Amino acid sequence: MAATSVARPRTSRSRFSGLGWRRARWGYVFIAPWLIGFLAFTAFPMIATFIFTFTNVNLSQADPLKFVGLDNYAKLLADQQVWDALTVTLKYMALALPVAVALPLIFALMLHSYHLKGSGFFRVLFFLPYVIPFVAGVLVWGGMLNPDTGWLNLALKSLGIEHPPAWLDDPTWIYSGLVMMGIWGIGAGMIVYLAGLKGIPSDLYEAARIDGAGAWASLRHITIPMLSPVIFYTLVLAVVEVLQYFLVPLVLKNGTGEPGGSTMFYNLYLYKTFFTFQNMSYGATMAWLLFGITLLITLALFGSARRWVFYAGEAR
Amino acid sequence: MAIETPTFPAATTTSRWRPWRRSRSGTAVTGRPPRARGDRPKSFLLTLIAVVVLAAFLSPMVRAVSYALKSSDQITQDGSPLYPADPVTFTYQGKELPILLVPIDGVTKQLALFEPARKSSTFIDPQNPAAGPIKWVGSWRTLDHVWTPAPHLENFAKVWDLIDYPRLLFNTAVIAIISTIGTVLSCTLVAYGFARFRFPGRNLLFTLLIATIFLPAAVTIIPTYTIFVKLGWVGTWLPLLVPTFFANAFDVFLIRQYFLTIPTELDEAAAIDGASPFRTLTSVIIPQAWPVIIAVSIFHLVYAWNDFFGPLLYTSGDPDIQTLALGLQRFNSIHYRDPGLIQAGTLMTMVIPVIAFLLTQKFFTRGLVVTGIDK
Repeated sequence: MAATSVARPRTSRSRFSGLGWRRARWGYVFIAPWLIGFLAFTAFPMIATFIFTFTNVNLSQADPLKFVGLDNYAKLLADQQVWDALTVTLKYMALALPVAVALPLIFALMLHSYHLKGSGFFRVLFFLPYVIPFVAGVLVWGGMLNPDTGWLNLALKSLGIEHPPAWLDDPTWIYSGLVMMGIWGIGAGMIVYLAGLKGIPSDLYEAARIDGAGAWASLRHITIPMLSPVIFYTLVLAVVEVLQYFLVPLVLKNGTGEPGGSTMFYNLYLYKTFFTFQNMSYGATMAWLLFGITLLITLALFGSARRWVFYAGEAR
Repeated sequence: MAIETPTFPAATTTSRWRPWRRSRSGTAVTGRPPRARGDRPKSFLLTLIAVVVLAAFLSPMVRAVSYALKSSDQITQDGSPLYPADPVTFTYQGKELPILLVPIDGVTKQLALFEPARKSSTFIDPQNPAAGPIKWVGSWRTLDHVWTPAPHLENFAKVWDLIDYPRLLFNTAVIAIISTIGTVLSCTLVAYGFARFRFPGRNLLFTLLIATIFLPAAVTIIPTYTIFVKLGWVGTWLPLLVPTFFANAFDVFLIRQYFLTIPTELDEAAAIDGASPFRTLTSVIIPQAWPVIIAVSIFHLVYAWNDFFGPLLYTSGDPDIQTLALGLQRFNSIHYRDPGLIQAGTLMTMVIPVIAFLLTQKFFTRGLVVTGIDK
């Protein structure tokens, strides 16, 4: 039959026949830059790293390369430093996540309020520090949080607090200090929340007001549920970011983990294993553990999303 | 991994949603509840709170400016005010005497310290030096100086020379511009492929693309680094530039979301007229997609300007090819004892992005609304 000579029988997918196949080929041509980059800079290195975890590649020792099975994993489970570093990351996360998710929302609610005069002016200035290079931000905040000459402690002293915390030099207060430094990055989250707030139909608020709902009830039963996709998005990205947090302590404390190991974040220990101790196999094993933890938490979040993330489109 | 695109705010762009074109009707559709009468006090209170919060939010920056304008003497001087200032002095009998605030007879007078001593000191009244020394009982060290604002600019000049600022500025600008070109070119092509063509495995590949956002960089860094070592690229800009020509998940996602909002009729008309898919992209799609392309460019420019880890890995060995961010960190590790210099350096590193932001701020905040995503 004539039709079979046109359609390519080697695919079972009839929708990619004739013209469809030609279009499909163009599709591959256009995504080729990403596909090649993905294979070269993501897929291949990931597999290589995974293979490393079963070997003894260590550039600081000249042992012959050999497969060591699960030795690296066994070492990982028994390594107190790994668990300490993981604890540091989780401690910071416990403090940083709520701030990263809630603070931009609070700022966005404030900027969105009809009661605020000059909303555009505030929006620009609250966003501004987002564009400041993070090294500059760390040094500016390092001065601000200086125990003696920092303005925060000068302010606390003038309020009658005689011995304000040493912030970045005190293992108990350092996480609060680091979270304060992170506040300058809220601009992007704030703008995303603002976009979400603008997308909420005003008739919902009208209806709520007619039903006698106050400001708090409107926030609790309209704003938050309607924003839940944005909250979810912010939360997921914040988790991924916080799990990999290490650049600030690297610049601030030169990667020493001072004070008292409180800034030896998991990812910092990981990069030190790679670049300082040059123990590639062990670092690779740590990297895969981090990947596993990230995957688990994100999957758990995506799983939980069904219960609390509300998609207006689905409900209707 | 299940990636539900509706989780991203940008996914609301299924119809032709163009928030950067302000609707004239403005408030009618937004979520802002209509203004009720009698809320002036509320308005005042909220604006006041915003001003206080903003002042606290930006105060570290104010401190940085103040420190950058202080000489090292001004920083170490006891009791000096928050702004750069010198103690006021009065020249008497050829000597420079500091002027202190002295409480005498229930009034605080500005007097020049003539003969300091532990229990009591003598002062000269600058208004009336002929009256001779005035005796005051008490420790002069407890008295406050009188200050006059005296900003110094020499920190900036010193940093300019010490870190070879012009060179680092040039390096940073070239890297940022080339990598932005790479990102915009490659991401536009890839986004077009995902938005306009059906091919086997498209959904799987797109999910893979999005999944790379969640992949910790540590999982790929060592083999990637090793490849660059083997290619002889470490110590050059190539590891910072070449990968940007292979697209990244965030920007592809943004541009694709935007492309999906452009109707396909014009593409189809162009195809019927015999335009190739590439021609359709350049003459039909891109002219309609400038907002997202500019938004991605600006955001990538800022990202590249501020990037730290890439330059740290690949350019650490050679100060001549480093960027400002890295230069600032190196500078800090040498001059950390001189906070005036350090803060001048931070200001000189941030000044270009800050000015660029203030000039394009409308686009910035709207760009993020379009994109609904941050880097």
